[in-house]
Amino acid sequence: MTEADSLLERLARVADLLWRPLWGGLDLAGRHLILFGQVLFWAVRRPFRGRVYLEAMQFIGVDSLPIIALVSLFVGMVFSLQSVHAFRQFGAEAYISSTVAIALTRELAPVFSSIVIAARAGAGMATELGSMRITEQIDALATLAVNPVHYLIVPRVLGAIVMVPLLTMVFMLIGMVGAYFVAVTLHGIDHGIFLENVRWFLDRNDICQGLAKATVFGGALSLIACFQGFYASGGAKGVGVATTRAVVGSFVTILVLDYFLTDIWLSVFTKPRM
Amino acid sequence: MPWQPPPEDPALRSDRFAIRLRGLEKAFNGHPVLRGTDLDIERGKINTIIGGSGQGKSVLVKHVIGLLKPDRGHVFVDGVDIPSLAEYDLNQIRRKFGMLFQYAALFDSLTVAENIEFPLVEHSSLDRAERARLVREGLASLGLPESLLEKYPAELSGGQRKRVGLARALVLKPEILLYDEPTTGLDPIATQNVDDMIRDISQQTRVTSVVISHDMASTFRIGDRISMLHEGQIIESGSPDEIRCSRDPVLRRFIETSGAVQLEPL
Repeated sequence: MTEADSLLERLARVADLLWRPLWGGLDLAGRHLILFGQVLFWAVRRPFRGRVYLEAMQFIGVDSLPIIALVSLFVGMVFSLQSVHAFRQFGAEAYISSTVAIALTRELAPVFSSIVIAARAGAGMATELGSMRITEQIDALATLAVNPVHYLIVPRVLGAIVMVPLLTMVFMLIGMVGAYFVAVTLHGIDHGIFLENVRWFLDRNDICQGLAKATVFGGALSLIACFQGFYASGGAKGVGVATTRAVVGSFVTILVLDYFLTDIWLSVFTKPRM
Repeated sequence: MPWQPPPEDPALRSDRFAIRLRGLEKAFNGHPVLRGTDLDIERGKINTIIGGSGQGKSVLVKHVIGLLKPDRGHVFVDGVDIPSLAEYDLNQIRRKFGMLFQYAALFDSLTVAENIEFPLVEHSSLDRAERARLVREGLASLGLPESLLEKYPAELSGGQRKRVGLARALVLKPEILLYDEPTTGLDPIATQNVDDMIRDISQQTRVTSVVISHDMASTFRIGDRISMLHEGQIIESGSPDEIRCSRDPVLRRFIETSGAVQLEPL
Protein backbone atom coordinates (compact mmCIF):
# COMPACT_ATOMS: atom_id res chain seq x y z
CA MET A 1 0.00 0.00 0.00
CA THR A 2 1.40 3.37 -0.99
CA GLU A 3 1.60 6.32 1.37
CA ALA A 4 -1.11 8.13 -0.64
CA ASP A 5 -3.47 5.16 -0.28
CA SER A 6 -2.90 5.03 3.46
CA LEU A 7 -3.58 8.76 3.75
CA LEU A 8 -6.77 8.42 1.71
CA GLU A 9 -7.92 5.55 3.89
CA ARG A 10 -7.33 7.58 7.04
CA LEU A 11 -9.20 10.54 5.57
CA ALA A 12 -12.11 8.27 4.67
CA ARG A 13 -12.19 6.94 8.23
CA VAL A 14 -12.22 10.48 9.68
CA ALA A 15 -14.97 11.52 7.23
CA ASP A 16 -16.98 8.47 8.26
CA LEU A 17 -16.53 9.28 11.97
CA LEU A 18 -17.73 12.84 11.37
CA TRP A 19 -20.56 11.84 9.05
CA ARG A 20 -22.12 9.18 11.29
CA PRO A 21 -23.31 11.44 14.14
CA LEU A 22 -24.38 14.06 11.62
CA TRP A 23 -26.39 11.46 9.71
CA GLY A 24 -27.87 10.15 12.98
CA GLY A 25 -28.91 13.67 13.97
CA LEU A 26 -30.45 14.36 10.57
CA ASP A 27 -32.27 11.03 10.65
CA LEU A 28 -33.69 11.76 14.12
CA ALA A 29 -34.77 15.28 13.13
CA GLY A 30 -36.36 13.91 9.96
CA ARG A 31 -38.33 11.27 11.89
CA HIS A 32 -39.58 13.95 14.30
CA LEU A 33 -40.68 16.05 11.34
CA ILE A 34 -42.50 13.08 9.81
CA LEU A 35 -44.32 12.54 13.11
CA PHE A 36 -45.15 16.26 13.23
CA GLY A 37 -46.54 15.99 9.70
CA GLN A 38 -48.73 13.08 10.84
CA VAL A 39 -49.91 15.14 13.81
CA LEU A 40 -50.93 17.98 11.47
CA PHE A 41 -52.61 15.51 9.10
CA TRP A 42 -54.66 13.86 11.86
CA ALA A 43 -55.36 17.04 13.83
CA VAL A 44 -57.95 18.12 11.28
CA ARG A 45 -59.61 14.74 10.93
CA ARG A 46 -62.65 13.31 12.64
CA PRO A 47 -63.56 12.05 15.14
CA PHE A 48 -62.75 14.88 17.56
CA ARG A 49 -62.40 13.16 20.93
CA GLY A 50 -63.14 16.00 23.34
CA ARG A 51 -62.59 13.93 26.46
CA VAL A 52 -59.13 12.79 25.35
CA TYR A 53 -58.13 16.40 24.59
CA LEU A 54 -59.39 17.59 27.98
CA GLU A 55 -57.53 14.80 29.77
CA ALA A 56 -54.30 15.71 27.96
CA MET A 57 -54.77 19.41 28.78
CA GLN A 58 -55.47 18.61 32.39
CA PHE A 59 -52.38 16.42 32.69
CA ILE A 60 -50.08 18.90 30.95
CA GLY A 61 -51.64 22.11 32.21
CA VAL A 62 -53.83 21.96 35.28
CA ASP A 63 -51.77 19.30 37.05
CA SER A 64 -48.57 21.31 36.42
CA LEU A 65 -50.03 24.43 38.02
CA PRO A 66 -48.75 23.89 41.61
CA ILE A 67 -45.15 23.22 40.53
CA ILE A 68 -45.24 26.13 38.06
CA ALA A 69 -46.54 28.42 40.83
CA LEU A 70 -43.79 27.33 43.20
CA VAL A 71 -40.97 27.59 40.65
CA SER A 72 -42.15 30.93 39.27
CA LEU A 73 -42.47 32.45 42.76
CA PHE A 74 -38.90 31.55 43.65
CA VAL A 75 -37.47 32.45 40.23
CA GLY A 76 -39.07 35.90 40.54
CA MET A 77 -37.84 36.24 44.13
CA VAL A 78 -34.25 35.20 43.49
CA PHE A 79 -33.95 37.29 40.32
CA SER A 80 -35.31 40.28 42.22
CA LEU A 81 -32.91 39.66 45.11
CA GLN A 82 -29.88 39.51 42.78
CA SER A 83 -31.09 42.63 40.97
CA VAL A 84 -31.52 44.57 44.23
CA HIS A 85 -27.97 43.76 45.26
CA ALA A 86 -26.48 44.47 41.83
CA PHE A 87 -28.44 47.63 41.02
CA ARG A 88 -27.84 49.15 44.46
CA GLN A 89 -24.14 49.34 43.66
CA PHE A 90 -24.96 51.82 40.92
CA GLY A 91 -27.86 53.52 42.67
CA ALA A 92 -30.16 52.23 39.96
CA GLU A 93 -32.79 50.52 42.15
CA ALA A 94 -35.53 52.15 40.07
CA TYR A 95 -34.76 49.81 37.18
CA ILE A 96 -35.05 46.58 39.17
CA SER A 97 -38.72 46.00 38.34
CA SER A 98 -38.35 46.68 34.61
CA THR A 99 -35.31 44.41 34.37
CA VAL A 100 -37.07 41.60 36.20
CA ALA A 101 -40.26 42.09 34.17
CA ILE A 102 -38.51 42.05 30.81
CA ALA A 103 -36.33 39.06 31.73
CA LEU A 104 -39.33 37.16 33.06
CA THR A 105 -41.65 37.77 30.14
CA ARG A 106 -39.14 37.32 27.34
CA GLU A 107 -36.97 34.51 28.67
CA LEU A 108 -37.41 33.16 32.16
CA ALA A 109 -41.13 32.42 32.04
CA PRO A 110 -41.23 30.57 28.69
CA VAL A 111 -37.95 28.70 29.23
CA PHE A 112 -38.52 27.72 32.88
CA SER A 113 -42.18 26.81 32.31
CA SER A 114 -41.26 24.63 29.35
CA ILE A 115 -38.43 22.95 31.23
CA VAL A 116 -40.66 22.26 34.23
CA ILE A 117 -43.41 20.87 31.97
CA ALA A 118 -40.88 18.80 30.00
CA ALA A 119 -39.60 17.31 33.26
CA ARG A 120 -43.07 16.63 34.66
CA ALA A 121 -45.54 16.12 31.82
CA GLY A 122 -43.01 15.28 29.06
CA ALA A 123 -41.44 12.54 31.15
CA GLY A 124 -44.93 11.31 32.06
CA MET A 125 -46.04 11.20 28.43
CA ALA A 126 -42.89 9.36 27.29
CA THR A 127 -43.27 6.80 30.07
CA GLU A 128 -46.97 6.28 29.46
CA LEU A 129 -46.62 5.87 25.69
CA GLY A 130 -43.49 3.75 26.12
CA SER A 131 -45.23 1.35 28.45
CA MET A 132 -48.24 1.29 26.11
CA ARG A 133 -45.85 0.34 23.30
CA ILE A 134 -44.14 -2.50 25.12
CA THR A 135 -47.42 -3.92 26.48
CA GLU A 136 -48.87 -3.86 22.93
CA GLN A 137 -51.59 -1.33 23.83
CA ILE A 138 -50.58 0.77 20.81
CA ASP A 139 -50.88 -2.28 18.56
CA ALA A 140 -54.24 -3.01 20.19
CA LEU A 141 -55.44 0.48 19.24
CA ALA A 142 -54.43 -0.13 15.63
CA THR A 143 -56.20 -3.50 15.56
CA LEU A 144 -59.34 -1.73 16.79
CA ALA A 145 -59.10 0.42 13.64
CA VAL A 146 -58.07 3.54 15.57
CA ASN A 147 -55.01 5.43 14.36
CA PRO A 148 -52.61 5.61 17.36
CA VAL A 149 -51.14 8.97 16.27
CA HIS A 150 -54.65 10.42 16.04
CA TYR A 151 -55.73 9.02 19.40
CA LEU A 152 -52.56 9.32 21.47
CA ILE A 153 -50.25 11.96 20.05
CA VAL A 154 -52.47 14.66 18.50
CA PRO A 155 -54.26 15.49 21.81
CA ARG A 156 -50.97 15.62 23.71
CA VAL A 157 -49.18 17.86 21.20
CA LEU A 158 -52.14 20.21 20.75
CA GLY A 159 -52.77 20.14 24.51
CA ALA A 160 -49.18 21.26 25.15
CA ILE A 161 -49.36 23.95 22.45
CA VAL A 162 -52.38 25.41 24.26
CA MET A 163 -51.35 24.84 27.87
CA VAL A 164 -47.65 25.82 27.88
CA PRO A 165 -48.38 29.48 26.91
CA LEU A 166 -51.14 29.60 29.54
CA LEU A 167 -48.77 28.31 32.19
CA THR A 168 -46.17 30.78 30.96
CA MET A 169 -48.64 33.60 31.65
CA VAL A 170 -49.17 32.23 35.15
CA PHE A 171 -45.38 32.06 35.54
CA MET A 172 -45.01 35.71 34.48
CA LEU A 173 -47.68 36.84 36.93
CA ILE A 174 -46.51 34.86 39.97
CA GLY A 175 -42.87 35.61 39.15
CA MET A 176 -43.66 39.34 39.29
CA VAL A 177 -45.49 38.88 42.59
CA GLY A 178 -42.37 37.17 44.00
CA ALA A 179 -40.14 39.93 42.64
CA TYR A 180 -42.41 42.60 44.14
CA PHE A 181 -42.39 40.89 47.51
CA VAL A 182 -38.57 40.77 47.68
CA ALA A 183 -37.92 44.22 46.23
CA VAL A 184 -40.71 46.24 47.87
CA THR A 185 -41.60 44.36 51.06
CA LEU A 186 -38.19 43.01 52.04
CA HIS A 187 -35.78 45.59 50.58
CA GLY A 188 -37.75 48.78 50.75
CA ILE A 189 -37.90 49.68 47.04
CA ASP A 190 -40.66 52.23 46.48
CA HIS A 191 -43.96 50.60 45.56
CA GLY A 192 -44.90 53.34 43.05
CA ILE A 193 -41.55 53.31 41.27
CA PHE A 194 -41.62 49.50 41.06
CA LEU A 195 -45.01 49.42 39.38
CA GLU A 196 -44.53 52.52 37.23
CA ASN A 197 -41.28 51.23 35.74
CA VAL A 198 -42.91 47.90 34.86
CA ARG A 199 -45.70 49.80 33.13
CA TRP A 200 -43.22 52.08 31.36
CA PHE A 201 -40.70 49.52 30.10
CA LEU A 202 -42.75 46.40 29.57
CA ASP A 203 -44.85 46.37 26.42
CA ARG A 204 -47.08 43.93 24.56
CA ASN A 205 -44.21 42.88 22.32
CA ASP A 206 -42.31 41.44 25.30
CA ILE A 207 -45.29 39.39 26.42
CA CYS A 208 -45.99 38.22 22.87
CA GLN A 209 -42.37 37.19 22.50
CA GLY A 210 -42.61 35.05 25.64
CA LEU A 211 -45.90 33.48 24.62
CA ALA A 212 -44.75 32.79 21.05
CA LYS A 213 -41.70 31.01 22.40
CA ALA A 214 -43.85 29.06 24.87
CA THR A 215 -46.10 27.90 22.02
CA VAL A 216 -43.12 26.59 20.03
CA PHE A 217 -41.53 25.03 23.13
CA GLY A 218 -44.84 23.35 24.02
CA GLY A 219 -45.07 21.80 20.57
CA ALA A 220 -41.42 20.74 20.62
CA LEU A 221 -41.36 19.20 24.09
CA SER A 222 -44.59 17.25 23.57
CA LEU A 223 -43.51 16.03 20.14
CA ILE A 224 -40.15 14.84 21.50
CA ALA A 225 -41.79 13.14 24.49
CA CYS A 226 -44.42 11.44 22.32
CA PHE A 227 -41.82 10.41 19.73
CA GLN A 228 -39.58 8.79 22.33
CA GLY A 229 -42.47 6.99 24.03
CA PHE A 230 -44.22 5.97 20.83
CA TYR A 231 -41.11 4.35 19.35
CA ALA A 232 -39.79 2.87 22.62
CA SER A 233 -38.53 -0.69 22.48
CA GLY A 234 -36.66 -3.13 24.67
CA GLY A 235 -38.93 -3.66 27.67
CA ALA A 236 -38.79 -1.74 30.94
CA LYS A 237 -35.23 -0.61 30.24
CA GLY A 238 -36.35 0.77 26.88
CA VAL A 239 -39.07 2.81 28.58
CA GLY A 240 -36.47 4.25 30.97
CA VAL A 241 -34.20 5.13 28.06
CA ALA A 242 -37.12 6.75 26.21
CA THR A 243 -38.01 8.87 29.25
CA THR A 244 -34.42 10.00 29.74
CA ARG A 245 -34.08 10.86 26.07
CA ALA A 246 -37.38 12.72 26.13
CA VAL A 247 -36.33 14.92 29.06
CA VAL A 248 -32.75 15.55 27.91
CA GLY A 249 -33.83 16.06 24.29
CA SER A 250 -36.54 18.52 25.35
CA PHE A 251 -34.17 20.55 27.56
CA VAL A 252 -31.55 20.84 24.84
CA THR A 253 -34.12 21.59 22.13
CA ILE A 254 -35.81 24.28 24.25
CA LEU A 255 -32.51 26.07 24.88
CA VAL A 256 -31.32 25.80 21.27
CA LEU A 257 -34.68 26.93 19.89
CA ASP A 258 -34.70 29.77 22.41
CA TYR A 259 -31.57 31.29 20.93
CA PHE A 260 -32.84 31.15 17.35
CA LEU A 261 -36.35 32.32 18.22
CA THR A 262 -34.92 35.26 20.19
CA ASP A 263 -32.68 36.18 17.27
CA ILE A 264 -35.58 36.00 14.81
CA TRP A 265 -37.93 37.91 17.10
CA LEU A 266 -35.44 40.68 17.84
CA SER A 267 -34.62 41.17 14.18
CA VAL A 268 -38.18 40.91 12.85
CA PHE A 269 -40.63 42.16 15.49
CA THR A 270 -38.72 44.44 17.82
CA LYS A 271 -38.42 48.13 17.03
CA PRO A 272 -35.64 50.04 18.78
CA ARG A 273 -36.89 51.71 21.98
CA MET A 274 -36.89 55.49 21.88
CA MET B 1 -69.28 9.37 0.04
CA PRO B 2 -69.90 5.88 1.49
CA TRP B 3 -66.89 3.63 1.80
CA GLN B 4 -66.27 1.42 -1.23
CA PRO B 5 -64.61 -1.89 -0.43
CA PRO B 6 -61.21 -2.37 -2.09
CA PRO B 7 -61.19 -4.63 -5.17
CA GLU B 8 -61.04 -8.35 -4.51
CA ASP B 9 -58.87 -10.78 -6.39
CA PRO B 10 -61.42 -13.42 -7.59
CA ALA B 11 -58.67 -16.03 -7.89
CA LEU B 12 -57.92 -15.68 -4.18
CA ARG B 13 -61.48 -15.14 -2.91
CA SER B 14 -62.50 -18.45 -1.45
CA ASP B 15 -65.55 -19.70 0.42
CA ARG B 16 -63.39 -22.21 2.23
CA PHE B 17 -60.51 -19.93 3.22
CA ALA B 18 -60.94 -16.54 4.91
CA ILE B 19 -57.22 -15.65 4.85
CA ARG B 20 -54.54 -16.71 2.40
CA LEU B 21 -50.86 -15.86 2.79
CA ARG B 22 -48.71 -16.13 -0.30
CA GLY B 23 -44.90 -15.91 -0.40
CA LEU B 24 -44.71 -13.74 2.72
CA GLU B 25 -41.20 -12.48 3.45
CA LYS B 26 -40.12 -10.28 6.33
CA ALA B 27 -36.69 -9.46 7.72
CA PHE B 28 -35.69 -7.31 10.71
CA ASN B 29 -32.27 -5.62 10.54
CA GLY B 30 -31.27 -7.99 7.76
CA HIS B 31 -32.32 -11.06 9.75
CA PRO B 32 -35.05 -12.95 7.84
CA VAL B 33 -38.00 -14.09 9.98
CA LEU B 34 -40.56 -15.08 7.36
CA ARG B 35 -39.11 -16.73 4.24
CA GLY B 36 -41.84 -17.12 1.70
CA THR B 37 -44.61 -18.27 4.04
CA ASP B 38 -47.73 -19.75 2.39
CA LEU B 39 -50.76 -20.47 4.58
CA ASP B 40 -54.52 -20.85 4.19
CA ILE B 41 -56.82 -20.09 7.13
CA GLU B 42 -60.05 -22.06 7.01
CA ARG B 43 -63.27 -20.10 7.45
CA GLY B 44 -65.30 -20.77 10.60
CA LYS B 45 -62.66 -23.12 12.05
CA ILE B 46 -60.03 -22.88 14.78
CA ASN B 47 -56.72 -22.64 12.91
CA THR B 48 -53.74 -23.12 15.20
CA ILE B 49 -50.23 -22.08 14.26
CA ILE B 50 -47.50 -23.75 16.30
CA GLY B 51 -43.76 -23.28 16.32
CA GLY B 52 -40.83 -22.65 18.60
CA SER B 53 -39.95 -19.32 20.18
CA GLY B 54 -38.57 -16.78 17.72
CA GLN B 55 -39.90 -18.64 14.67
CA GLY B 56 -42.09 -15.68 13.65
CA LYS B 57 -45.56 -16.73 14.81
CA SER B 58 -46.43 -13.32 16.25
CA VAL B 59 -44.84 -11.61 13.24
CA LEU B 60 -47.06 -13.73 11.02
CA VAL B 61 -50.25 -12.81 12.85
CA LYS B 62 -49.29 -9.11 12.87
CA HIS B 63 -49.09 -9.29 9.07
CA VAL B 64 -52.59 -10.76 8.94
CA ILE B 65 -54.08 -7.72 10.64
CA GLY B 66 -51.82 -5.20 8.90
CA LEU B 67 -49.70 -4.20 11.92
CA LEU B 68 -46.62 -5.11 9.87
CA LYS B 69 -46.05 -4.78 6.14
CA PRO B 70 -44.20 -7.63 4.43
CA ASP B 71 -41.00 -7.03 2.48
CA ARG B 72 -42.52 -9.26 -0.21
CA GLY B 73 -45.63 -11.37 -0.59
CA HIS B 74 -49.37 -11.05 -0.10
CA VAL B 75 -51.95 -11.35 2.67
CA PHE B 76 -55.41 -11.86 1.22
CA VAL B 77 -58.38 -11.39 3.54
CA ASP B 78 -61.55 -12.39 1.70
CA GLY B 79 -59.59 -11.87 -1.53
CA VAL B 80 -58.38 -8.34 -0.64
CA ASP B 81 -54.59 -7.87 -0.51
CA ILE B 82 -53.98 -6.18 2.88
CA PRO B 83 -50.41 -4.83 2.46
CA SER B 84 -51.37 -2.78 -0.59
CA LEU B 85 -54.19 -0.93 1.21
CA ALA B 86 -54.07 2.68 2.37
CA GLU B 87 -54.74 3.22 6.08
CA TYR B 88 -58.41 4.14 5.62
CA ASP B 89 -59.20 0.99 3.64
CA LEU B 90 -57.09 -1.10 6.00
CA ASN B 91 -59.09 0.18 8.97
CA GLN B 92 -62.34 -0.84 7.26
CA ILE B 93 -60.94 -4.36 6.80
CA ARG B 94 -59.68 -4.40 10.40
CA ARG B 95 -63.25 -4.07 11.61
CA LYS B 96 -63.70 -7.69 10.50
CA PHE B 97 -61.08 -8.67 13.07
CA GLY B 98 -60.85 -9.02 16.80
CA MET B 99 -57.51 -9.72 18.42
CA LEU B 100 -56.56 -11.08 21.83
CA PHE B 101 -52.96 -10.19 22.64
CA GLN B 102 -50.55 -12.33 24.64
CA TYR B 103 -51.03 -10.22 27.80
CA ALA B 104 -54.46 -8.91 26.72
CA ALA B 105 -53.13 -5.36 25.99
CA LEU B 106 -55.97 -3.73 27.91
CA PHE B 107 -55.74 0.07 28.08
CA ASP B 108 -54.59 0.54 31.63
CA SER B 109 -55.85 4.11 31.94
CA LEU B 110 -59.41 2.87 31.30
CA THR B 111 -61.68 0.76 33.50
CA VAL B 112 -62.84 -2.70 32.44
CA ALA B 113 -66.17 -1.23 31.29
CA GLU B 114 -64.42 1.50 29.27
CA ASN B 115 -62.08 -1.05 27.71
CA ILE B 116 -64.93 -3.24 26.49
CA GLU B 117 -66.93 -0.19 25.41
CA PHE B 118 -64.00 1.34 23.50
CA PRO B 119 -64.70 -0.25 20.06
CA LEU B 120 -68.39 0.68 20.39
CA VAL B 121 -67.55 4.32 21.19
CA GLU B 122 -65.21 4.47 18.20
CA HIS B 123 -67.20 2.56 15.62
CA SER B 124 -70.88 2.59 16.47
CA SER B 125 -73.57 5.19 16.90
CA LEU B 126 -75.18 3.41 19.86
CA ASP B 127 -76.23 5.53 22.83
CA ARG B 128 -74.65 5.19 26.24
CA ALA B 129 -77.37 2.93 27.68
CA GLU B 130 -77.18 0.53 24.75
CA ARG B 131 -73.39 0.43 24.97
CA ALA B 132 -73.57 -0.28 28.71
CA ARG B 133 -76.00 -3.14 28.04
CA LEU B 134 -73.64 -4.69 25.47
CA VAL B 135 -70.70 -4.32 27.84
CA ARG B 136 -72.60 -6.12 30.63
CA GLU B 137 -73.69 -8.85 28.21
CA GLY B 138 -70.13 -9.29 26.94
CA LEU B 139 -68.79 -9.60 30.45
CA ALA B 140 -71.50 -12.07 31.50
CA SER B 141 -71.02 -14.23 28.39
CA LEU B 142 -67.41 -14.80 29.41
CA GLY B 143 -68.34 -15.66 32.98
CA LEU B 144 -67.07 -12.48 34.61
CA PRO B 145 -68.96 -10.75 37.44
CA GLU B 146 -70.33 -7.21 37.01
CA SER B 147 -68.30 -6.13 40.02
CA LEU B 148 -65.27 -6.01 37.70
CA LEU B 149 -66.74 -3.26 35.54
CA GLU B 150 -65.27 -0.35 37.46
CA LYS B 151 -61.93 -1.99 38.17
CA TYR B 152 -58.73 -1.11 36.30
CA PRO B 153 -56.71 -3.76 34.42
CA ALA B 154 -53.94 -3.66 37.05
CA GLU B 155 -56.46 -4.96 39.61
CA LEU B 156 -57.34 -8.09 37.56
CA SER B 157 -55.77 -11.55 37.53
CA GLY B 158 -54.10 -12.85 34.35
CA GLY B 159 -57.10 -15.01 33.45
CA GLN B 160 -59.58 -12.17 34.07
CA ARG B 161 -57.50 -9.85 31.92
CA LYS B 162 -57.60 -12.34 29.04
CA ARG B 163 -61.37 -12.62 29.33
CA VAL B 164 -61.82 -8.87 29.38
CA GLY B 165 -59.49 -8.63 26.36
CA LEU B 166 -61.62 -11.19 24.61
CA ALA B 167 -64.82 -9.34 25.55
CA ARG B 168 -63.33 -6.20 23.95
CA ALA B 169 -62.34 -8.16 20.85
CA LEU B 170 -65.83 -9.69 20.56
CA VAL B 171 -67.98 -6.64 21.22
CA LEU B 172 -68.16 -5.62 17.54
CA LYS B 173 -68.96 -9.21 16.54
CA PRO B 174 -65.89 -9.81 14.35
CA GLU B 175 -65.72 -12.39 11.55
CA ILE B 176 -62.13 -13.32 12.36
CA LEU B 177 -60.53 -13.67 15.80
CA LEU B 178 -56.78 -13.69 16.26
CA TYR B 179 -55.32 -15.08 19.49
CA ASP B 180 -51.63 -14.41 20.14
CA GLU B 181 -50.51 -17.10 22.60
CA PRO B 182 -53.69 -16.85 24.68
CA THR B 183 -52.60 -19.28 27.40
CA THR B 184 -49.13 -17.88 28.06
CA GLY B 185 -48.58 -17.16 31.74
CA LEU B 186 -51.72 -18.99 32.91
CA ASP B 187 -51.92 -21.91 35.32
CA PRO B 188 -53.28 -25.26 33.99
CA ILE B 189 -56.85 -24.60 35.14
CA ALA B 190 -56.93 -21.08 33.71
CA THR B 191 -55.40 -22.51 30.51
CA GLN B 192 -58.19 -25.06 30.25
CA ASN B 193 -60.77 -22.30 30.87
CA VAL B 194 -59.32 -20.17 28.08
CA ASP B 195 -59.31 -23.21 25.76
CA ASP B 196 -62.97 -23.88 26.56
CA MET B 197 -63.75 -20.22 25.97
CA ILE B 198 -62.09 -20.27 22.52
CA ARG B 199 -63.93 -23.48 21.63
CA ASP B 200 -67.30 -22.13 22.87
CA ILE B 201 -66.94 -18.85 20.99
CA SER B 202 -66.01 -20.69 17.82
CA GLN B 203 -69.00 -23.03 18.10
CA GLN B 204 -71.50 -20.33 19.04
CA THR B 205 -70.50 -17.64 16.54
CA ARG B 206 -68.86 -19.69 13.73
CA VAL B 207 -66.10 -17.08 13.80
CA THR B 208 -62.82 -17.87 12.01
CA SER B 209 -60.16 -18.27 14.70
CA VAL B 210 -56.40 -18.08 14.33
CA VAL B 211 -54.57 -19.21 17.46
CA ILE B 212 -50.83 -18.77 17.86
CA SER B 213 -49.53 -21.22 20.42
CA HIS B 214 -46.64 -23.32 21.57
CA ASP B 215 -48.79 -25.15 24.10
CA MET B 216 -49.26 -28.56 22.47
CA ALA B 217 -51.99 -29.82 24.83
CA SER B 218 -54.04 -26.70 24.10
CA THR B 219 -53.39 -26.90 20.39
CA PHE B 220 -54.63 -30.47 20.06
CA ARG B 221 -57.56 -29.79 22.40
CA ILE B 222 -59.02 -26.92 20.40
CA GLY B 223 -57.45 -26.90 16.92
CA ASP B 224 -59.50 -27.91 13.86
CA ARG B 225 -56.46 -27.31 11.72
CA ILE B 226 -52.85 -27.14 12.85
CA SER B 227 -49.94 -25.56 10.94
CA MET B 228 -46.32 -25.67 11.97
CA LEU B 229 -44.10 -22.65 11.33
CA HIS B 230 -40.41 -23.42 11.26
CA GLU B 231 -37.59 -21.15 10.05
CA GLY B 232 -40.06 -18.79 8.45
CA GLN B 233 -42.01 -21.39 6.49
CA ILE B 234 -45.07 -23.54 7.07
CA ILE B 235 -43.62 -27.04 7.03
CA GLU B 236 -46.83 -28.97 7.74
CA SER B 237 -50.54 -28.20 7.84
CA GLY B 238 -53.55 -30.41 8.51
CA SER B 239 -56.15 -31.67 10.95
CA PRO B 240 -54.97 -32.85 14.41
CA ASP B 241 -55.20 -36.47 13.23
CA GLU B 242 -53.14 -35.71 10.12
CA ILE B 243 -50.56 -33.92 12.25
CA ARG B 244 -50.38 -36.92 14.62
CA CYS B 245 -49.44 -39.10 11.63
CA SER B 246 -46.95 -36.60 10.15
CA ARG B 247 -43.57 -37.93 9.06
CA ASP B 248 -41.84 -34.54 9.25
CA PRO B 249 -38.94 -34.99 11.71
CA VAL B 250 -38.92 -31.36 12.88
CA LEU B 251 -42.65 -31.41 13.61
CA ARG B 252 -42.46 -34.78 15.37
CA ARG B 253 -39.53 -33.67 17.53
CA PHE B 254 -41.33 -30.42 18.44
CA ILE B 255 -44.51 -32.21 19.50
CA GLU B 256 -42.83 -35.17 21.19
CA THR B 257 -40.56 -32.91 23.24
CA SER B 258 -43.62 -31.21 24.75
CA GLY B 259 -44.67 -34.60 26.18
CA ALA B 260 -48.31 -33.51 26.09
CA VAL B 261 -49.40 -35.30 22.91
CA GLN B 262 -48.84 -38.86 21.71
CA LEU B 263 -47.96 -39.16 18.00
CA GLU B 264 -48.75 -42.17 15.82
CA PRO B 265 -45.64 -44.34 15.46
CA LEU B 266 -43.94 -44.20 12.04
